[in-house]
Amino acid sequence: MATKEEQQAYAEKIKSIQPKPPYVLNCLKAFLIGGIICTIGQAIQMFYMTYFNFTEETAGNPTVATLILIAALLTGLGVYDKIGQFAGAGSVVPVTGFANAVTSAALEHKSEGLVLGVATNLFKLAGAVIVFGAVSAYVFGMIRYIFQHLT
Amino acid sequence: MNLLGRQTWKFANNIYLNAAGTAVGPMESEGPLGSYFDKTYNNLHCGQKNWELAERQLMEDAINACLHKVKMKPEDINFLLAGDLLNQIVSSNYTARGNGIPFLGVFGACSTSMESLALGAALVDGGYANRIVAAVSSHNATAERQFRYPTEYGGQKPDTATFTVTGAGAALVSKEVSDIKITSATVGKVVDLGIKDPFDMGSAMAPAAADTIAAHFKEMDVQPDEYDLIATGDLSGVGAPIVKMLLKEQGYDVSDNHRDCGLMIYRSGQQVFAGGSGCACSAVVTYGYILDEIRKGNLKKVLMVATGALLNPVMVQQKESIPTVAHGVVLERAEGGQ
Repeated sequence: MATKEEQQAYAEKIKSIQPKPPYVLNCLKAFLIGGIICTIGQAIQMFYMTYFNFTEETAGNPTVATLILIAALLTGLGVYDKIGQFAGAGSVVPVTGFANAVTSAALEHKSEGLVLGVATNLFKLAGAVIVFGAVSAYVFGMIRYIFQHLT
Repeated sequence: MNLLGRQTWKFANNIYLNAAGTAVGPMESEGPLGSYFDKTYNNLHCGQKNWELAERQLMEDAINACLHKVKMKPEDINFLLAGDLLNQIVSSNYTARGNGIPFLGVFGACSTSMESLALGAALVDGGYANRIVAAVSSHNATAERQFRYPTEYGGQKPDTATFTVTGAGAALVSKEVSDIKITSATVGKVVDLGIKDPFDMGSAMAPAAADTIAAHFKEMDVQPDEYDLIATGDLSGVGAPIVKMLLKEQGYDVSDNHRDCGLMIYRSGQQVFAGGSGCACSAVVTYGYILDEIRKGNLKKVLMVATGALLNPVMVQQKESIPTVAHGVVLERAEGGQ
């Protein structure tokens, strides 16, 4: 087993060979694609407000549902992972990324059956988002509650 | 003495690689070596209903193609030495269930190709087998599921990542004279220089490859120019320059005759990050392309070093680094053979 020093020496030695992640370019790509996804979301919201009887507040739910549907379809058609490779966080952070995480897990585990395959593994990747979403909602809800009662 | 130094076998008898079979998926068949493979599929499912069955199909195809070339049946083979990347090496187990050849399962991650070939040659040399088949397989989608994320998950991979080769290779080894000889093999030790990133296996495996290659040179008492080709399995664009650098530090210059199978199997335009990986990467390049080059006389003596990252996702999540191993086999053109 290599010592800590040997490991560090090796890491130092190969630094010049390893390709450096293009952080700036990745940020720009994420901004571009993430922005496009949000713009599409905005357009969908306007559509629901213009042609259906939704207000700005109530249009949120059908808009998210539509984005999820589109992302799930793109995942199934094998397109979303290619967008993801290009966009990085730009396509992971929006709700479409969540839909992709759930749909891709469902597709992957289809071969093991509906219950033990799809249902059991559906939230394999997205589970962490739900856990931390619920935990942070609780924490911030408590903070808000306390402040409301102090003032 | 068949053992040289600590870890190199020099086979006492003439051991021959009689035939080999390969089967690959769509990306590999579109690559520069596409015409060298026996069976090619134009989609990842290989006519099966799930990825695991597809990988099994590839291994069966490779073994069948190999046996077909020498007009043999599974009954003519003493042992099947096979391995793959999936848990419990399931592709190999189920293939062996199908063909009924007495079976020894082998696992060395992507180094399994040369591990199985070296072990098979040793069994034949020692008189414990007349004919063995060494086989390995890997599949891009099964490997993604086993080691990374669901295939359709849209996570971004860095440029150091490798792309698992979809394919399988099989080789028949015996003392029956043919045009390619297996003359020696060097068994590698497990090397770990602290790389923890499963998306940078080239950097993790390069030290293991350098260790095995250097040990081979020392124990065989040869210099790198003894070989027309020193090929590594799947170090990719990141690991290949590192192995050259590490060997140079030890006084071995392989810059002229080293190539990496992970960089040979795909074209530059194909979206494969740093290059190909997986058991099948070294196997299909060796059993498809390199053997053909030896047969044609373009290569006379080849040191093929398959490199394996002994990666386990649970261990990586527990913050362990990635142990790696490399095994080398020397393939030579049998002058005066057939």
